[in-house]
Amino acid sequence: MTNFAANEQLIQVIYLVASALFILALKWMSSPVTAQRGVRAGEIGMVLAIGGTLLNQGIVDYKWIAVALVLGTVIGIPLGLVHMTAVPQRTALSHAFGALCVTLVGIAEFYLRAPNVPRLMMTVLSLEVILGSLTFTGSLMAAGKLQEVLPQRPLTYKGQNLVNLTLLAVAIVLAAYVVLHPWETLLFPFIVGISLVFGVLMVIPIGGADMPTVISLLNSYAGLSAAAMGFVLDNKLLIIAGALDGSSGFILSVIMSKAMNRSFTNILFGAFGKVQVSANAEAEIRPVRSATAEEAAAILAAASTVVVVPGYGMAVAQAQHKVRELYDALTKRGVDVRFAIHPVAGRMPGHMNVLLAEANIPYERLIEMDDINGEFPQTDVALVIGANDVTNPAARTDSASPIYGMPILDVDKARTVMVIKRSMSPGFAGIDNPLYYLDKTLMLFGDAKSFVNDIVHELAGGGHN
Amino acid sequence: MGSNLIDALFIFMLAAFIGFEVIRRISPLLHTPLMSLTNALDAIAVTGAILMVGERKTTFSLVLGTLAVIAATSNVVGGFLITDRMLKMFKTSRPKKP
Repeated sequence: MTNFAANEQLIQVIYLVASALFILALKWMSSPVTAQRGVRAGEIGMVLAIGGTLLNQGIVDYKWIAVALVLGTVIGIPLGLVHMTAVPQRTALSHAFGALCVTLVGIAEFYLRAPNVPRLMMTVLSLEVILGSLTFTGSLMAAGKLQEVLPQRPLTYKGQNLVNLTLLAVAIVLAAYVVLHPWETLLFPFIVGISLVFGVLMVIPIGGADMPTVISLLNSYAGLSAAAMGFVLDNKLLIIAGALDGSSGFILSVIMSKAMNRSFTNILFGAFGKVQVSANAEAEIRPVRSATAEEAAAILAAASTVVVVPGYGMAVAQAQHKVRELYDALTKRGVDVRFAIHPVAGRMPGHMNVLLAEANIPYERLIEMDDINGEFPQTDVALVIGANDVTNPAARTDSASPIYGMPILDVDKARTVMVIKRSMSPGFAGIDNPLYYLDKTLMLFGDAKSFVNDIVHELAGGGHN
Repeated sequence: MGSNLIDALFIFMLAAFIGFEVIRRISPLLHTPLMSLTNALDAIAVTGAILMVGERKTTFSLVLGTLAVIAATSNVVGGFLITDRMLKMFKTSRPKKP
């Protein structure tokens, strides 16, 4: 038996080292200079922890472990190699997988212990499977919407919040009943089932523009459910990893909700309030000024400072590499080009940064909203590529606007504004953007990728005049 | 559980505070790789699933555990892989210091 105790102690020491490595991994993520070291630390911690777990003397059979590790690796490699534009849906899918693991272990654990589950244990176990199940289906729905397998438009109906909250309440009441009456094991599948349905219904009313918040929130739920699993299995490493992941998702949710001017309670309860389309949206057709690629190129070439404002439209058009060419062409002419990144531009936190980094744009050229906003008045040209609501000055001025109060990039303060846009149709939230009707605004109608390409072509000499 | 649960709650609380302090400092520049990294770390749940499979107490727990190990391992492998790929892309125009 002493051999067994020594073995158990060794495993715990390994877990302790892995915990420290996990915390260091996150600490080193604070700067791009040390971030890769952070990933190494995480990887070493993970290998140590898995290796240590395999030493456990409770393991009687390694066959299925080996099979599962191999299969998981085979599935994981392609998921690690997806194209950068697919990162939001990949992230949502990985939240689903994480939650699936937690839920399956929770269910199995319940039936191993039932019907004699102590109350405290049952409380935590219920938390684990409720959070795990709703995160699993919710993340699958989010991934489906991002991959456009499911409609991106929010699906809403009357009394939706009431139905959703009632379902969640039923799951919680059932769980509480099982906690108090542990022999009622027949109720357990209903707790899981209702939570799975709740996850689906929770994400159905959410539109694409709200995805950064939802993904962050599901990230947090996935972490919390894993921490709950750590409580049930008395696995301290899992508690720590879950707490780190949970707080990371929580912080990101808060940042995203602030950037969208939504209250945090609004988000916690899944009422991600779809933005109402203002009634007079179709009203008048106001004149706009448009320009050709040739004219745009001439203005850009004459500028000394240019700020590019990328949005989801740039990701959809896969225009980031063309934008890099534009950046190179202008930089070569001595133009100072920077990029203004709104926290919720794109479909997940940091989405634009990754796309622009992929296109080899140096990261010190990517400037956060709060740092760049003061500089728009001294900017010659603000070039908006596929962004809409995050540049809408109505958020500052029009208290009747559905996005009133949302922090925006003050592109309207630049000397000249150019907006690449496919047509005059309003953006995702269906809100008209007064920016487009300003005297200093030039609309560049066309696909982001081909329009930027045309500008680059003109800057290079054009070939013909 | 029992007193273990209280210990575990202390650990959870401390880890959550460390998480807040450390993650607050992370630049928005790296929020996407941060999310994929925490996702990979979270997949440490695989250790619990591995034990469940290895202990082989019932066929039910063996099947669910095996599926759980597959799901978590794909997150470990895919999560670290994509985080690494993303971070390699973040370059500066300034010359690298040795």
